[in-house]
Order: sequence, then C-alpha cells, then structure tokens
Amino acid sequence: MKKLLATTAVVVMGFAGAASAQAVTACLITKTDTNPFFVKMKEGAEAKAAELGMTLKSFAGKVDGDHETQVAAIETCILDGAKGILLTASDTSSITTAVKQARDAGVLVIALDTPLDPIDAADATFATDNFLAGELIGKWAAGKLGAEAANAKIAMLDLAVSQPSVDVLRDQGFLQGFGIELGDPNKWGDETDPRIVGNDITSGNEEGGRKAMENLLAKDPSINVVYTINEPAAAGAYEALKSIGREKDVLIVSVDGGCPGVANVKDGVIGATSQQYPLLMASKGVEAIAAWAKDGTKPANTEGKDFFDTGVTLITDTPVDGVESIDSAKGTELCWG
Amino acid sequence: MPEAENFESVSKRGSQEVARFEQPNRGAIGTLQHWLHINPALVPLIVLVLSILVFGALLGSKFFSPFALTLILQQTAIVGIVGAAQSLVILTAGIDLSVGAIMVLSSVVMGQFTFRYGLPVELSILCGLAIGTAVGFVNGWLVAIMRLPPFIVTLGMWQIALASNFLYSANETIRSQEIADQAPLLQLFGATFKVGGAVFTVGVVFMVLLVILLAYILKHTAWGRHVYAVGDDPDAAELSGVNVKGTLISVYMISGLICAFAGWALIGRIGSVSPTSGQLANIESITAVVIGGISLFGGRGSILGMLFGSLIVGVFTLGLRLLGADAQWTYLLIGALIIAAVAVDQWIRKVSV
Repeated sequence: MKKLLATTAVVVMGFAGAASAQAVTACLITKTDTNPFFVKMKEGAEAKAAELGMTLKSFAGKVDGDHETQVAAIETCILDGAKGILLTASDTSSITTAVKQARDAGVLVIALDTPLDPIDAADATFATDNFLAGELIGKWAAGKLGAEAANAKIAMLDLAVSQPSVDVLRDQGFLQGFGIELGDPNKWGDETDPRIVGNDITSGNEEGGRKAMENLLAKDPSINVVYTINEPAAAGAYEALKSIGREKDVLIVSVDGGCPGVANVKDGVIGATSQQYPLLMASKGVEAIAAWAKDGTKPANTEGKDFFDTGVTLITDTPVDGVESIDSAKGTELCWG
Repeated sequence: MPEAENFESVSKRGSQEVARFEQPNRGAIGTLQHWLHINPALVPLIVLVLSILVFGALLGSKFFSPFALTLILQQTAIVGIVGAAQSLVILTAGIDLSVGAIMVLSSVVMGQFTFRYGLPVELSILCGLAIGTAVGFVNGWLVAIMRLPPFIVTLGMWQIALASNFLYSANETIRSQEIADQAPLLQLFGATFKVGGAVFTVGVVFMVLLVILLAYILKHTAWGRHVYAVGDDPDAAELSGVNVKGTLISVYMISGLICAFAGWALIGRIGSVSPTSGQLANIESITAVVIGGISLFGGRGSILGMLFGSLIVGVFTLGLRLLGADAQWTYLLIGALIIAAVAVDQWIRKVSV
C-alpha cells in the first residue's frame, strides 16, 4: 500500500511539477499550532517564503505527540509536489518511515528544532543546541551561588514522563553546567547527588509548573534553585513560591527566550534564561529549500556538530564571571512570541 | 351462580395479608449495599479517609501536615469547580466534554477584554461569565431542542471553543506581573490566607461553598429534584409535569457559568492568562465525577461525592510524588480507581431492581 502510494505520489508529482514550475512549494509541519514557539516559526517561514516568491503550506498536529496528523501532512506534501519539508517531529523515530518516503520522492526534508532519531534520517537538522542551552543556565546558577553551590537544594521541573530528547538535553545540560555528576546522559532523574530534591513534570505550561513546584516544595521546603524546561513552567513555579513568600530567595532558570519570558527576566522572576531563535531556524530552512530547488545543493552542518546550530544566548541582568550573556533589554529585541 | 363463574371467589384462595413494605432481612452485605444506595457519597468518602490515613502513615508529618493537606485542596480547586459543572450535566444522563474549553475561553475573554480593549476589569469579568453561560446555552439548546446526543454536541463545542480561544488570543499569554499591576481583581481567587499552618485560597473556599450550595439546591429545591428526575427517566419526568427541555437548557447554562468561574479561578491559580492551560480539565472532571460515585447513566449520585473524588485524585497525586514514585504510577492507580468505582456503582444499582 505504502509503495503504491509512493509511486502514485511520484507520478502525481511529475504532473504537478510540470504544471507549476514557476512557484516552488515548501511545507512546514509543526508539532502544534498553539505553542507560541511554533507560531513564530510559522511566521518566520512565511515571511521568508514571501520574500523568495515561494508558496508555503503549513500543517500541524492537534496536540504535542499527534504523530498520525504529521504523517498525513507529509503524504499530502509529497502529493502536492513540494520541493522541501520543514518538520518538527512529534515522534522522532516513528516518523522516519514517512520521511524516507518523501526523500525517495525527491523532497528535501529538514528537521527543525527537534532532531530525528537517528539524526541522519533527515537531509539536515536546523536546531538549538539544547544541551548547551541547559549548560549555560547551569553554569550561571553555580556562578551566582558561588561557594553556596555545594549546599544547593535543586528542583528539576521537566517536561513529560516520556522524556523527549529536548527535555533530556536541557535537563542534563543544566546539571553538567552546575557541576553535578550525570547518570545515564540519555535519561533524566537517575542522578544520585543529594543536592537534587527531585524531578517533576510540568507539560511545559504555567499550571503544570505551579503544581510541580508545589509538590517538590512539599518534599523539601528549603529548595533554593529551580531549573525549568521553559518559561511558562518557570512562571508557574514562581507563583507557587510567591504563595509561600519565598519568591525572593530562590533562583529560577529557564530556556526559550520568548518575549514574556524575557520580560520575566527583567522583572526578576526568572534569574537567567537561554534564548533560542525559531524564526531564524524557519527562515534558514526556507532558504535551504530554495537552494535545493534551484540547483540541488544540500545544507551543510555546523563544524563539529551533526546539525546546523542556530545559536543560543544566555539572557540575564546579573551576569556572572566566565559565562557570556546579554541583558534583558538586548534580549527583548531578539525575543519571539 | 355456578361456582365456576364466581370469579371473585378466587381471591379467597390468595394471600390475605395486606401488602407491606417492611425491609426483609438483608444480611450484612445486603445492608451495606442498601446503605451505600441511599448515601452515594459514602464510598468515595471512605476511600478518601483511608488514602489520607495510608499516605499519612507512610510519609508521617511531611504529608500529615496542615500545609500539605491544604495544598491538596489548592491543587484540587480548579478540577473541583469544573467537576461541579460536570456533575450537574452527568446527573441529567449527559456528559460535557467542553468544560475545560469553556473555562479557558472565559479566562481569555476576561484577560483580553481588560488588556486589549481597556475595559474596566469588573466588566470584563462579567463578559467572561456571560460567554461561558452563552456557550452553555448553545450546548443545552442543541441537546434539549435539537435532540442531539450530549456527547456529540459537547465534542463539537469542545473543538469550537478551544479553536476560538486560540484564534482570539493569538496564543499570547498575559503575564502575571502585568495582571497584578493593572487588574488584580482577575487574580482574586488566588489570594491566600493562613489559619495556623494551613494555607487556603479564595478559590478553595469558593469550591467548597459552591459544592455545598449545589448539594443543597439539588436535594431541597424543585429544580434540583427535576434535574434528578430528568436524568433518571426523561419520559416519566415529562409525564409528571416536569419541564424537561427547560431543565436541560438551564443545567447546561449553569454548567457553562460555573466553568467561566473556573476560568476566573484559573487566573488566580496560575497568575497569568494562558490560552494553553486547562487542556485536560474535561477528562479530569469526568474522572472526579466517576470516582465520586455519580452514575454516568444519570439520576443518581451526590455532588459531595464528586468533591471527595477530586480530592482522592489530589491525595494520590501528591502522596505518590512525595513517596518518590514515577508519575505514571499515579495514572495507573487512578485508572484502577475509575474502574473500581464504576464496578461498585453497578453493584449498588442492583439494590433498586
């Protein structure tokens, strides 16, 4: 069936290609179209596509983890005669079958933000170095505490029990940056360092962040460092700390660099956050598809990494020695969402 | 008259006793079954007390403290309020999948009307409450007048309300600090006060008062009895003079209004107005209702049971996290509780047959 579909796709593509040689079509498939991160990614891709005179078609899963809709979107794009697909995969290993189908049909597939498993299943990956993003906030927190870092009480507010790669990389990066010995680096929650009070999950939103923070505070009310997977979770954690009057003496660190998050850095809610650049990822991706459609060049990786690193910057208003950072005013200029 | 034609004489051969409604001797299990039948909130209450005792014994003062126990109340407040709305609908043998979406939509309306259009915050809150009620009215109208199944109507409304929420808000969060500066009334339900070591929020007090109020209304007013009657057997209710359609529409409207209040409480709870929150509120509220012993077939159960049901979920969640168990164990145990609750419900129902 799949083979039949692929064959049909190739045939249809032949016709479509002949019919509409003037405008190159690109597809953007995101995990959801509700998360501001993906909303901005879509805006970046649309702007670039308009600039280059390309047609961009956007698809998204209904919820994070909605694999079937993404597969259907890839099939639609193949049928539609798209030259390239920009994909943030919900299920990084299962999607590879559909990705292979697309690549076999001559479509350039670029993974955005989330690497596929294995990473070379896509033609290229444009992403934030999430481990580095975590490491930066870990180093900052350790530098901020100074000698007290040896007695820190750390709460780890992660994303989900399924431990997607982004979740693990940021968490482990933070711990390494802070100077805590990792267990299995492909898994969070297996560290034995007594400074970690516990891990809890937030679903990456305010509600989950608050609840997870409350749970860990019930376990140990003396927590003084809070790692959060993203800024909405950090905002939720802050509300929990505020309700018991501890918001002033706890360091909260986070990752994302969305505009509300950067504003929270400015207001002292979040101590430091690692900013990533979804618009850049998307516009670079569209450019790569344009180049591929033109003369078949494939995008190259950043030197020393197996993906194209779109960069990450630490934002804080209280910089520490040895960790490069920018302040919240500069961060506001660069923020998204 | 020949004896064969004297039909009346047959009656002499029958039992001469007057019909009686005395209770037969049921035995211990039968008595328990009967007792649970008249007090549907009893099973969840027993489970709740037992689970608090078990976790208290395992965790000691860490769990058995006023702080931890009132924390559970705070974490349950949203589900409890939404669960009250869900209970009303389920008592009419319906189901409302759109509760969470109505909640988030209302909270976004309250926030955006204040910050985007600059309306006075009191007015924005009234608009939010009105939107919730209006969505509830549409649900009720489709169920009562168009006679569409509640599951389908609210499945559709869930998507519609959620999509409207995302389109209207453009997925933008209104930050807690801005709300605290410019419209602190939105965070009213998050205000805390302490009694000893116990920490209560206005949201918790609202949830408890709401449930008590609804329990009273359902038991002691004509409207409340009509809700049960409609859920038990709408045809019989209609024949007894109950305005079935009016009752159904009013139930969905009140459910929508309560969800809008939940949206207000949600702002207090998370501080900000976030269009992505509350996605699981429909499932969580149905879970609370089912564990609370309210029958999904309608007409039976107590809203107090729903409150106990949601607290059971809260106790398990916090207790297991404090024990250091993987979060999946919570879901597993809650799944088992749901099935057990429905099994007990079926067993209790046999009493009435």
